[in-house]
Amino acid sequence: MHDKTLKQLADALAARQISSVELTGLYLDRIKRFDPQLNSFITVTESQALAQAAAADAARAAGKAVALTGVPIAHKDIFCTQGVKTSCASKMLDNFIAPYNATVVEKMNAAGLVMLGKTNMDEFAMGSSNESSFYGPVKNPWNTAFVPGGSSGGSAAAVAARLAPAATGTDTGGSIRQPASLCGITGLKPTYGRVSRWGMIAFASSLDQGGPMAQTAEDAALLLNVMAGFDPKDSTSTHIDVPDYTATLNDSIEGLRIGLPKEFFGEGLDADVEQCVRDAIREYEKLGAKVVEISLPNTHLSIPAYYVVAPAEASSNLSRFDGVRFGYRCNDPENLEALYKRSRGEGFGEEVKRRILIGTYALSAGYYDAYYLKAQKVRRLIKNDFDAAFANVDVIMGPTAPHAGFKLGEKAANPVALYLSDIYTIAVNMAGLPGLSLPAGQSNGLPVGLQIIGKHFAEARLLNVAHRFQQATDWHLQIPAAFA
Amino acid sequence: MQWEAVIGLEVHVQLSTQSKIFSGSANKFGAEPNTQASLIDLGMPGVLPVLNEDAVQKAIKFGLGINADIAPRSVFARKNYFYPDLPKGYQISQFELPVVGKGFIDITLDDGSTKRIGVTRAHLEEDAGKSLHEDFHGMSGIDLNRAGTPLLEIVSEPDMRSAEEAVAYLKAIHSIIRYLDISDGNMAEGSMRCDCNVSVRLKGEEKFGTRREVKNVNSFRFVEKAIKTEIQWQIDELESGRKIQQCTVLYDPAKNETRAMRSKEEANDYRYFPDPDLLPLEVSEDMINRVRAHLPELPAQKIERFMGELELSDYDARVLVADRAVADYFEQVVAESGAKPKMAANWVSVELLGALNKNDLSIEQSPVSATQLAGLIKRIVDNTISGKIAKQVFEELWASGGTADSIIDSKGLKQETDTGAIETIVDQVIASSPDQVAQYLAADEGKRKKLVGYFVGQIMKLSKGKANPQMVNDILARKLV
Repeated sequence: MHDKTLKQLADALAARQISSVELTGLYLDRIKRFDPQLNSFITVTESQALAQAAAADAARAAGKAVALTGVPIAHKDIFCTQGVKTSCASKMLDNFIAPYNATVVEKMNAAGLVMLGKTNMDEFAMGSSNESSFYGPVKNPWNTAFVPGGSSGGSAAAVAARLAPAATGTDTGGSIRQPASLCGITGLKPTYGRVSRWGMIAFASSLDQGGPMAQTAEDAALLLNVMAGFDPKDSTSTHIDVPDYTATLNDSIEGLRIGLPKEFFGEGLDADVEQCVRDAIREYEKLGAKVVEISLPNTHLSIPAYYVVAPAEASSNLSRFDGVRFGYRCNDPENLEALYKRSRGEGFGEEVKRRILIGTYALSAGYYDAYYLKAQKVRRLIKNDFDAAFANVDVIMGPTAPHAGFKLGEKAANPVALYLSDIYTIAVNMAGLPGLSLPAGQSNGLPVGLQIIGKHFAEARLLNVAHRFQQATDWHLQIPAAFA
Repeated sequence: MQWEAVIGLEVHVQLSTQSKIFSGSANKFGAEPNTQASLIDLGMPGVLPVLNEDAVQKAIKFGLGINADIAPRSVFARKNYFYPDLPKGYQISQFELPVVGKGFIDITLDDGSTKRIGVTRAHLEEDAGKSLHEDFHGMSGIDLNRAGTPLLEIVSEPDMRSAEEAVAYLKAIHSIIRYLDISDGNMAEGSMRCDCNVSVRLKGEEKFGTRREVKNVNSFRFVEKAIKTEIQWQIDELESGRKIQQCTVLYDPAKNETRAMRSKEEANDYRYFPDPDLLPLEVSEDMINRVRAHLPELPAQKIERFMGELELSDYDARVLVADRAVADYFEQVVAESGAKPKMAANWVSVELLGALNKNDLSIEQSPVSATQLAGLIKRIVDNTISGKIAKQVFEELWASGGTADSIIDSKGLKQETDTGAIETIVDQVIASSPDQVAQYLAADEGKRKKLVGYFVGQIMKLSKGKANPQMVNDILARKLV
């Protein structure tokens, strides 16, 4: 059963070939058996999951089942889950039981999905290797010496190893797409404002966006149907209608204009990765698409601008973790200042502290104009690049990451090298666009992802384009041998 | 040396919206600690603010009330600093682009002169919670009921030159916010708070001196005292050859002194930046017009109408208009009594306000309602009682309630208007005062006016004040020949 897609599981449940309790038990068993090798879960909510599954079965018996009733899923530990530890993979929130549900979780619950547990991640979503977690690194199921990517590394590894049929993730600079690429799954970062941020612990509010991480584009479409939509509790969510993302999956892509940004195929791109991407593009040409070379001239500015904007917002967003109301508090602080300094000094990990310092500096009096304001202007330039490109193409394609992955510890001592590996994903967040990564080949036994970038709110088109590829290829069906 | 003070005020007004500015929690004073604090007010991980439109409407109302520009687009920014009663570690405020731009308020000073005070801006922001330092055995308690209360911060130009001007400006703001019904303006409960920027310079000097900011002064009286104390302190420093250091100070009413809290160097770098959780606030011309259409009559307009249409004196008009509730009370008395506005004004501003002040009551707490007072004045107008007796009836109304008519009846206070009865008393008094009559008759016209008072007094005494004064005068004039 575990080799089935979310869609197939939903069909099996609907056909009563299996109950939700049985299916949930199967995945809980797999987590117990395999997760010690991967460390992809921070919390497994076994008893709640079985209770939710029983309720789903009852709903089905009563004729009240909907599309995904009874299907198990895992949530990145950045989404608040009522009554369940929500840690953001930080010591700071190791003791934090969320008193409410994120809108994404609430919608999943309402749609009858069963939560298996909370997945590991980089601390406060800051990282690209899942090595900054307080709960230890996640391993890549394809080769456990390698990182799974990050920050949604736990979700990606869990889905790749089929410890969960699908999971939620969040993406601030590539945190859904890059681990999806490294673990060989399909991950979608929707348009900024498409999915509610209520209850999603904020890293960089103007960039953060939740989205589905799944085996196939079709599964991602089913999940986005549940996740997307305006939320009165999130002022930055949009009022645009949510289409049925599964309805257009099989639309023809004959005549699709694919833009290939020359900046995505330059220095620093691994040769194997480039080959996989070019092969995938050829596959699209076979399906009737046309390739247009385009330019996104300000791509090289996206990382420096991102590392001003994101840490600036983070430095402010993470101020609430002060040891006063919830989360970690140091022992016996001698006064208020010590309470702050020690609680934060002891509660946050190195990468989080580094980014708070960068952000605090960038917003300081006398530096604001030179850094934050300048970065916002760069952001505008990046957006203009995409707007100009989309005047002539329907989607943009390229690699998701410059490499197929790297070993645990390889870049741990060099944060800048790690930052640079997000070169192809960050600009998409800066422009607020939707982006998707799907498996498109392998390099030395590690998956390689193809990134597809769309126009604002063109998620349906992205999923359609990805689905057509998956109808013609089988990279998305590969399961790492050790977990098959 | 001739010194001149330069004063600018930052006034924080809590807006009387049903719910908080960014959450659905109730916005009410005095509840049990932390019973009006939602997930948002607690700054829980993952929560997001949603702007309360009523707070925006109230800010626009204020802007229109002070003839200010309303920004078509304004931006909420985060002001970052750590304090236990600031749950998120930042306050959502407006920094570069406030919703209300430049405006002005005209103030009237005690000598009747007026002055225009510029308002630089007014912006929306959220209030912080409260730290409680008592009853926690060496620890502090945090009450977040107040966190997220909508505030309008009104920043003046440095246009004031004395503590009296500052208080007049503050009272004018108080009056405007009460008229607009955007805040209860209760300073004791913190609904209106004031920071005073004070500096001193030599008269004739154009450059401002170094200012110190007196924080959080919470009554009109303390504002006046704090500013006076601060001005004198700065003059003393300057005259002793010392320089003023920019800093914030606290006013201690018990010692009547201002004490430095923190210097400019120790001041926080608030690291303002636009709040990415909130979209820019767009205010359409349409929205402004809708608010404008429902704008009540403002103090300045009401004073004009009272002086023109109602023929009140400038002084009377100002006394009645200062507090909207008093003005409303007065207008009700005029409408229900049918008396001349001047007469009603005297009763409200002298008798009623005098009694309220003496008993430390507000107009809302008055034991005599406008209808009761109007009922009393009606009986003066129709000559049922004299003005003097009316004061007696008023005291009775104040003490025991009821209506003027019931009191006049039960105490037999109805005015004597029977000519025969009054003549009998007049005759009696004339007969028993031969010396005074002789004196009167011997006096010239000028002196007679004074001497007649004796007879009137005696007559009133005998009639227990009930004889109609006009009739007494007429009959006396007829008989004293």
